[in-house]
Amino acid sequence: MTNKILIADDEPNILISLEFLMKREGYEVTVARDGIEALAAIIATRPDLVLLDVMMPGKTGFEVCQEVRTHDGLKDVRILMLTAKGRDTDVAKGLALGADAYVTKPFSTRELVQKVRSMLEPTT
Amino acid sequence: MNPRLRPDRRVLLALAALALLMLGWALVSGALLWLTLEPAERDTAGALIGSRLPLAGMTMVFVLLIAAAGLNVLYRHYIVAPARLLDEARILLGTDVQRTLTPQGAAENRALADVISGFAEQRARLRADITQQVREASRSVEQERSRLAALMSELTQSVVVCNLDGRILLYNNRARLQFRALSDAPAVASGAELIGLGRSIYTVFDRKLVAHALENIQQRMQRGVASPSAQFVTTTRAGQLLRAQMTPVRAGGEGDDKSIGGFVLMLDNITRDFEEESARDRLLLGLTEGSRASLANMQAAIDMLDFPDLDTAMRERFHGVIRDEVGAMSTRVGKLADESTRGIKARWPLEDMLGADLVSAALRRIESLGAPRAAADEVDGSLWLKVDSFSLLQALACLAFRLADEYDIRAVQLRLGAAPQGARAQLDLIWQGQTMSTETVMNWQMDGMTTGSERSPLSVRDVVERHGGEFWLERERVRHRAFFRFLLPLASEREQLDTATFVPQGSRPEYYDFDLFRSTESSRTLADRPLTELTYTVFDTETTGLNPSEGDEIIQIGAARIVNGKLLRQESFEQLVDPQRTIPAASIPIHGITQVQVDGQPTIATVLPAFHAFAQDTVLVAHNAAFDMRFLQLKEAATGLRFEQPVLDTLLLSALVHPNQESHRLEAIAERFNITVIGRHTALGDAIVTAEVFLRLIPLLAEKGIHTLGEAREAAQQTYYARLKY
Repeated sequence: MTNKILIADDEPNILISLEFLMKREGYEVTVARDGIEALAAIIATRPDLVLLDVMMPGKTGFEVCQEVRTHDGLKDVRILMLTAKGRDTDVAKGLALGADAYVTKPFSTRELVQKVRSMLEPTT
Repeated sequence: MNPRLRPDRRVLLALAALALLMLGWALVSGALLWLTLEPAERDTAGALIGSRLPLAGMTMVFVLLIAAAGLNVLYRHYIVAPARLLDEARILLGTDVQRTLTPQGAAENRALADVISGFAEQRARLRADITQQVREASRSVEQERSRLAALMSELTQSVVVCNLDGRILLYNNRARLQFRALSDAPAVASGAELIGLGRSIYTVFDRKLVAHALENIQQRMQRGVASPSAQFVTTTRAGQLLRAQMTPVRAGGEGDDKSIGGFVLMLDNITRDFEEESARDRLLLGLTEGSRASLANMQAAIDMLDFPDLDTAMRERFHGVIRDEVGAMSTRVGKLADESTRGIKARWPLEDMLGADLVSAALRRIESLGAPRAAADEVDGSLWLKVDSFSLLQALACLAFRLADEYDIRAVQLRLGAAPQGARAQLDLIWQGQTMSTETVMNWQMDGMTTGSERSPLSVRDVVERHGGEFWLERERVRHRAFFRFLLPLASEREQLDTATFVPQGSRPEYYDFDLFRSTESSRTLADRPLTELTYTVFDTETTGLNPSEGDEIIQIGAARIVNGKLLRQESFEQLVDPQRTIPAASIPIHGITQVQVDGQPTIATVLPAFHAFAQDTVLVAHNAAFDMRFLQLKEAATGLRFEQPVLDTLLLSALVHPNQESHRLEAIAERFNITVIGRHTALGDAIVTAEVFLRLIPLLAEKGIHTLGEAREAAQQTYYARLKY
């Protein structure tokens, strides 16, 4: 069974690359363009992994992450936070709010793919 | 009766004793003789002596007279002379009169007189010596005080010294300006209601905050920290951000006394710094986070382009992403560059300086080199620059020197104007004649600056960079001249205001009173406190007429403060008030205030709160206070402000002190006290005269046994009723 991935980011310029990349890796990809849409999509589609941008309109990535973690039925959803906020305090906050991994922009796509793969492995 | 002629009782007694003795001797010898004689002999002797007895009496009287004369001489010599000496010595002891004693009487007595005179002389010398020493000591203390005050007033940092009760006992001009910015009504009271000798610092700072800082300092002192101090940042009522550094003033005890007598606050208004800092932070954050996202987008797109199996449409989309992001990055960097040069000036500490001052300093500096001659061209006198004047003057001098030295230029001119665009000024060093190559200009910029013997490791370029400015050579071929142009930053408007207002002029105002160190908030009620210790607001109002209840209004309030027995002229309050009615023509000769003057002035609704704040915690003093108070009280309902402090009336106090004088008008009293009256019949002028009168009344009241506020009020009340009777 192919893994489902949700990409939530408000910047089309990154969405296009990430969508292309993840599809190429063979995942089933859906996208969300703001926090509210992201949360709705997560609840509706229960993706295996979410690539979650922190700075989004509607709800920030932090808020989305926190709300996802309050849902029992969503506890298997892996969350990888992507953000331009590089301060260690932000990393700490993201992880504390329930993210499984935290990648700061800019990043190497190869490493991102590896990270996604390794995060999905234990469940498959 | 002359004491010399009056016989002393002791002399009379001695004479009487002598007479008795002689009589006794005569009687005893007579009786003994008588007993040895036969009866017949007795008869003959009786016949012989009996008739001649008076003769014996006469001899006795004669002897007695001689004795009296002798005794008198002795008496004068040994009793009268010492007694007189005693009197004179007593006078010497009891008074400060300097006189020599006339030696008289016996030799010992004369010597004693000399010795006493010697002592008196010695005492006089010692006294003069001590007076001299005291005078010198107090002069040097006074000198030190005024030196300190001078130092303080020149400081560009604001300093406030308080005693432990938070009463201000020293502040400098800078602090005054800073408090002006904190004032709720800067236009009316100009901060004088916040800062002033004897005023409480707690109107500006939270009492707990200060107490906490003091506690920290005390702890540090207990631990033996060498220079304990504490810092705190606080927001004021007016929303300004103040950073205060607190240093203790040790109580003047001996040795390592660890008690604190007061504290020094160095204040910094960091509102602007803070705003700049946050702006810088925002910029930096915008740059890092924004760029990160863009870089990520590009990176990802480029990574995608590496895949060989990309179709053309997809490839084009990724190219589009990259172009898009590069554009966004360029815009962002451009914007950042703009903002950082505009808002965030060079880190080098630059000072505000009037451009004209800089030019004249530069002219002097260049002239001092000997060559070339320097003169001012057009100089815009309104420009305030933000410069490091020392290095800038060095740069100008160096360039002028090299022009003379290497190109034989004999005269230069300085020109200062606003740059056509942006908040910058251009300072030009102009000369006629030969110019140099661009390469030489480059070298001149890069070389360490030199003016003959003086060398600096800095280059002209360094100086320009320090100012975040620019520098170039421009040639005016037509006029056959050339100039070096410096682009320099301008001071922002508020800074200009800070520096321009209140330049101390003439006599230095007194911003200190160290005697306040001693005064402590006494637990005694106000009424029991001595008149000499209290803080007063002496005020006067000018009004449209005499009847506030019939619509007369205040048109001017003037007030001065008395702290610790001193009139503080520079902590005064003077404000015209728009009465919102016409000023009757008849009243204009009295107060000299015309309708035009009050038009556009604040109304009483603005002025009264400021005056109320100015007068808080003080005793009000006015001449014929009842009149002024009636005007203030009629405004109580409208403004919600009550003047509840005790009030003293110089008219009543004067009547108390000089009950027999006919007139107690302010002029008459001032004349009695020989007070020079300046600016009478302006509210402030009258207030100052009233204050002077009041200060002279205090010692006179003390002579009448009136020392405290309570006593003064009671006595004044009685005079009031006494006057009512007539």
